[in-house]
Amino acid sequence: MTAAASSPPPLGDGCPSGLAPPSDPDRASNYNAFVRTASGTHKLSLNVTGAKCGGCMSKIEAAMMALPGVQIARLNLSNGRLEVAWTGPLDADDVAQGVASLGYGVSAFSTSSAEAQKQKEERGLLVAMGVAGFAAANIMLLSVSVWAGYGEMGEMTRRTLHALSGVIALPAIAYAGRPFFKSAFQALKHRNVNMDVPISLAVTLAFCVSVYETITGGEHAYFDACVMLLFFLLIGRFLDARLRRRAYAAAHDLAAMQNKTVHRLDETGASQVVRSDEVATGDRLLLAPGERAVVEIEIVDGHSDVDESLVTGESLPRDVSVGMTLYAGTVNLSRSLIGRAIAPTQESLLSDIADMVELGEQKRSHYRRIADKAVSLYVPFVHSVAVCAFLGWLLVGASVRDAILVAVATLIITCPCALALAAPVVQVVASGRLFKNGVFLKSGDALERLADVDYVVFDKTGTLTLGTPSLKDGPAPDVLAQAAQLARASRHPLSRAIVAAVGAGPIASNVVEEIGQGLEAEIESVVCRLGSPAWVGLSDVPEVSGPSLWFKHGESEPVQFQFEDQAREDARTGIDKLKAAGLGVEILSGDRPAAVSDMAERLGVEQWSAQASPIDKAKRLEVLKAHGHKVLMVGDGLNDAGALALAHAALAPGGALDISQSASDAVYSGSLSAIDGILRVSKRAKRAMLQNFGLAAAYNMIAVPIAVTGHVTPLIAAIAMSASSLIVTLNALRIGANNREF
Amino acid sequence: MQIIVYLIPVALFLGSLGLIAFMWSVRTGQYDDPDGAAHRILVDEDRPLL
Repeated sequence: MTAAASSPPPLGDGCPSGLAPPSDPDRASNYNAFVRTASGTHKLSLNVTGAKCGGCMSKIEAAMMALPGVQIARLNLSNGRLEVAWTGPLDADDVAQGVASLGYGVSAFSTSSAEAQKQKEERGLLVAMGVAGFAAANIMLLSVSVWAGYGEMGEMTRRTLHALSGVIALPAIAYAGRPFFKSAFQALKHRNVNMDVPISLAVTLAFCVSVYETITGGEHAYFDACVMLLFFLLIGRFLDARLRRRAYAAAHDLAAMQNKTVHRLDETGASQVVRSDEVATGDRLLLAPGERAVVEIEIVDGHSDVDESLVTGESLPRDVSVGMTLYAGTVNLSRSLIGRAIAPTQESLLSDIADMVELGEQKRSHYRRIADKAVSLYVPFVHSVAVCAFLGWLLVGASVRDAILVAVATLIITCPCALALAAPVVQVVASGRLFKNGVFLKSGDALERLADVDYVVFDKTGTLTLGTPSLKDGPAPDVLAQAAQLARASRHPLSRAIVAAVGAGPIASNVVEEIGQGLEAEIESVVCRLGSPAWVGLSDVPEVSGPSLWFKHGESEPVQFQFEDQAREDARTGIDKLKAAGLGVEILSGDRPAAVSDMAERLGVEQWSAQASPIDKAKRLEVLKAHGHKVLMVGDGLNDAGALALAHAALAPGGALDISQSASDAVYSGSLSAIDGILRVSKRAKRAMLQNFGLAAAYNMIAVPIAVTGHVTPLIAAIAMSASSLIVTLNALRIGANNREF
Repeated sequence: MQIIVYLIPVALFLGSLGLIAFMWSVRTGQYDDPDGAAHRILVDEDRPLL
């Protein structure tokens, strides 16, 4: 990181409305690797974070248009994508830098075909909804005349109006009904029954019966009911599709933040910048100081120390040299390393984690949503009721025509409009609420699983703590100022902690850094040393709980500096809130026991374990599960990914590794208090969903007897269907009703 | 009641106009950025006269 990057951006940057704080400029990344070029025009898609208002939009677009050769610059405020197209020699890095210098976060974005597919599906549903809505409104216009003119209208007029309704309904059903017919056909082909089977059956049967009634001059035609049914169902389907696409896009955006470039060395040793996904096994890569490894490498040249806190949870740097393996997520601290890319699956730790993640994802795909359970109860119920009504009426001596009419009325009126809206509307409202608070949900059923949670397991480093050490009080200010003169020359986290405590100042002359040992330099011609006990000439030192450094000025007595990994500001309040809500809390860390027990005591957590390997973490979760707990895992590192995938529900902070983010259900930004909020919103959402299913069931309990006894006219069907859908929707909207946080 | 012979086709025609307009707006991506569209009308592109 350069000096410019660590200083706060000047005032006036970022969103002018103050809705989002200005972002730090991005870590060095090469955007040229993400440019798409077609017939002389270069296109670049960027993910912009922090743009929240119209002011941001015009500021960013104006800045882009001011660059030489830029033809199109358009920011999509809803999803934060900026599309820039230009001709000529403009450098892509300058484009990205232009956005970053305005105070917005920027990362390269590569479009995926899966997302385009999802968007197409969503648009298809929206158009189908429009068609069904148009047809429903127009048929209703004609139907209302029939109902209003009941007893007065001549048979000829009624038949004409029915026929006209049929003419509108036929193409509308053929078009808007396709999603249901297709899915029902697929299910039947695989000898399954899903919700679309009774829907398709009801619509087709009702349409056929209505055509027959129209031809024979009958009183009741159900054209309006068929189309209205499709209209309501498509609303639910559309909301569901949009939610899934949003969740997918959120996951994809998070992945895009990790779109990084690496320096690849060719045979001559020249360095070339390539996208991380272009790296092949065996490539020679250069890892500069301060850079994060994005693929697994085996070191072939160089000696340095690395920060592996995201990988192992260990907060102290490790000494590495030729032959050692670095995992993705490791940050190189002091000197350039040259490594060979290795296939991730070759290594045991990573392949274990990958296996666990896969196993967890399989388990999760077997999770049965409340809506699925409701459907599996509902489908046989509706079919048997309709069949019974048909047979019953035949037995008591009704004509086949009357019996079919009753059966169709039963199918139509029990059709799951309310059921289809019950879950999606709740999910849309709840996820919108979470989104406003900086939480990105990654799937719809995550809400249901989060609502079940009764036990929370935290990773320590980076999740409960800041992940960077800070200096404890102790040393005298003048000693500290001297030590800082050495520390300013180093990238080691302990040196950085000293600098953070002292602030800017001079650097000592002739600083030499010995990896794994310490620093040596001259202050006013006196040789000073900062580093390990051996480095300052001590052999026997008392054990302390956290990391420590020794500083020796000339021949004077060495002074000890102690460090601690500070807890996040609101860790205590966040955990207290969870405890107050009656949840069990535990810390499961890969760090040393002394550090973990210290932190557990400070946060008031009684259950903790230290030096847990990824396998140990997964085992611990199995034990908790065997005790009947539904565990929420919160973690950020590679060592947590397996546990995240295996837990009942999982959360990752915004700064987590991509593998951990993709293994969890939701990603939160900001404070740990968010966890309590997420759980509360999920619980409310689940309650609202259950209420909705209850309302739908109550509706059916009233509607079924009326239908079976043959009292349902098209008018009653229309009123009942719209009323039940409306009630369910209004109930769901209650979740988003107040403006409090979460 | 002969009037409905004219009125129903007129109603259907107007309705289908709305439907076509809706389909056009979906196809041209006008629902892709609802937040941006709301703000874009406020962006003043005119330069000051003086």
